[in-house]
Amino acid sequence: MKYTISTLVENHAGVLSRIAGLFSRRGFNIDSLAVGVTEDPTVSRITIVVDGDDYMVEQVEKQLNKLIDVIKLKSFSAEELVRRELAMVKIGTKASERGDLLSLSKIMGGKICDLSNETMTIELSAESERLEEYLELLRPYGIRELVRTGTIALQKGNVSFG
Amino acid sequence: MQLTGAQAMVKCLEAEGVKVIFGYPGAAICPFYDALTDSSIRHILVRQEQNAGHAASGYARITRRPAVCVATSGPGALNLLTAVATAYVDSVPLVVITGQVARSLIGKDVFQEADVTGAAEPFVKHSYLIKDIKDLPRVFKEAFYIAGTGRQGPVLIDVPVDVQNERFSFSYPDSVNIRGYKPTVKGHAGQIKKVAQAITEAQRPLIVAGGGLFATEARYRLVELAERCEIPVVTTMMGIGGIPTEHPLYYGMLGMHGKQVANRATQEADLLFVIGARLGDRAVSNPALLEGRLRVVHIDIDPAEIGKNMEANIPLVGDANVILGQLLEQVPECTHSAWRNMLDRRRAEYRPQLRQFDGCINPKLFLERLSELADPDAVVVADVGQNQIWTANHFKIREGRFLTTGGMGTMGYSLGAGIGAKLAEPERQVITVGGDGSFQMQMMELATMCQHQVPLKMVIMSNLRLGMVYELQKNNFAGNYSGVFLDGSPDIPKLAGAYGIPAERIHSMDQADAAIGRLLKADTPYLLECIVNQDESSL
Repeated sequence: MKYTISTLVENHAGVLSRIAGLFSRRGFNIDSLAVGVTEDPTVSRITIVVDGDDYMVEQVEKQLNKLIDVIKLKSFSAEELVRRELAMVKIGTKASERGDLLSLSKIMGGKICDLSNETMTIELSAESERLEEYLELLRPYGIRELVRTGTIALQKGNVSFG
Repeated sequence: MQLTGAQAMVKCLEAEGVKVIFGYPGAAICPFYDALTDSSIRHILVRQEQNAGHAASGYARITRRPAVCVATSGPGALNLLTAVATAYVDSVPLVVITGQVARSLIGKDVFQEADVTGAAEPFVKHSYLIKDIKDLPRVFKEAFYIAGTGRQGPVLIDVPVDVQNERFSFSYPDSVNIRGYKPTVKGHAGQIKKVAQAITEAQRPLIVAGGGLFATEARYRLVELAERCEIPVVTTMMGIGGIPTEHPLYYGMLGMHGKQVANRATQEADLLFVIGARLGDRAVSNPALLEGRLRVVHIDIDPAEIGKNMEANIPLVGDANVILGQLLEQVPECTHSAWRNMLDRRRAEYRPQLRQFDGCINPKLFLERLSELADPDAVVVADVGQNQIWTANHFKIREGRFLTTGGMGTMGYSLGAGIGAKLAEPERQVITVGGDGSFQMQMMELATMCQHQVPLKMVIMSNLRLGMVYELQKNNFAGNYSGVFLDGSPDIPKLAGAYGIPAERIHSMDQADAAIGRLLKADTPYLLECIVNQDESSL
């Protein structure tokens, strides 16, 4: 099962390497990891998606909590969160395919962020499972390059974390 | 107060009440050594940086406060790392200070540059690289606080040499506030109640005590609880001395090299009361076999230890001493006589046959005898190998301490740790026990004890081989001995003589009492080499 762990950490150098080191040292597998500063500039939020059983997730939480730079963390199941992952896909296009791609992109809520005579770059944002489906639809056109950010997430509703 | 960074470092140590530090200078830490001469802090020059770390570890384990070791950048700091890792797994509080190349040169692979905070990351509780001198006082304050509270451990401070030379206005903070670090001390009241009830309900309770007992001297309360509720006690290697060896409720060390009666007791108990132990593989080889068959109370100051190696039915996070105090307020007197009598019978039946080899010292009998003749509060430091197992199982602890590297099993620990322990409490007898293999990893420290007049009592069990690996190859590799013979070793008493350290060698148990007498009476360092047979077994 996949869990999303939201982690608030001190925003200074070396924190990410401590967290990455912890995961590799303890044999935890990271599906994705996204970091960015929060509403408080001294705090960064790291969103980590891990795949594992309850035991593993409990261990990940406890070991992360031991890091002095970790201020607070909580793990969530998918239903408790709004989740987004951003992707940019560069597709090789013939002029004749552009129309198809444009309408596909529109259905997916995508945006064309770059265009050249041979390529088209589409920006997509969705839950990561949905993003997978979109990419499958785009694959036949020939994906030249793909870049993804990893999931970021916030709790649904009135509650806030932090 | 306008100070240089180096002067401020010394002031920080003074403010933390540091009296002794262990180290080895070099270019990148020179400003600090320069400032040190204006202080009353005593510097112990070791002969290799790793031993500065072990010495600080011995010092910290006796004083129960963070101890300080210092090294220069690059190789000096890297030599320290084995000792830092050793302290980390055994939860020993250290503040490790290393010099670093100037800030403008970091990352350029200059002379004696190493990424020490990076290299040390897996083995430290926390680390700092000071890039702004204004952070220096806060970093020192936090380092001592983090090292000495919660689950204790080493904290590393890497100080670039130009930061040591920079001037700034110094003031030492009064308090710390680290938002990501709030260790739990007191046990949760509801859980305490559950534990108290579990103890009274149990038919066959067993206390498993670990090294966590010594961080706050919880051992006296542990004995009180065991006695009040008539609960048998076993310990991990790190927990040895948590209850006197000859206490009627003590059934020995558990685990791979432990006592049979202790291991069988863990399988037959209906309640395991685990306190300050992480139940590593050497203590409980297959926890899955026990889970579900009995109830487990797990008390630890580190929540991450609970449920890591063994599932706990009643987890309880906090300081062992505080929690035992809370429990003693609630637990009524009770008895578990049938269970205890059964263990007593088993202990009486199980008498290991000690084989006597002619012309050799029997290390097990020797260590028993040594412990009987030593002061009741003597500190014994065991190295690693067969000597460690012999000492763990045969040196009887009364009011004293048993120090060893339980988690990392670092050969070459004992002399450094012994020097540190002796300097922490100069009036106390400190005895080290090692082998001729481990001795040769650290014999340079004979000079340290001479230079600084540290009257350590050293026992070396010699068999001209790496006894524990030899035994492993004999039993598990069909006697295919590989890389275990120590031919070429020096005449150890003569080597000690070269340092002016009185030393002797004995071959026979008839000589033991007199030699032990001379060892214990000496007011200088003293070395006693015991010749043991190659086929002497660990157990």
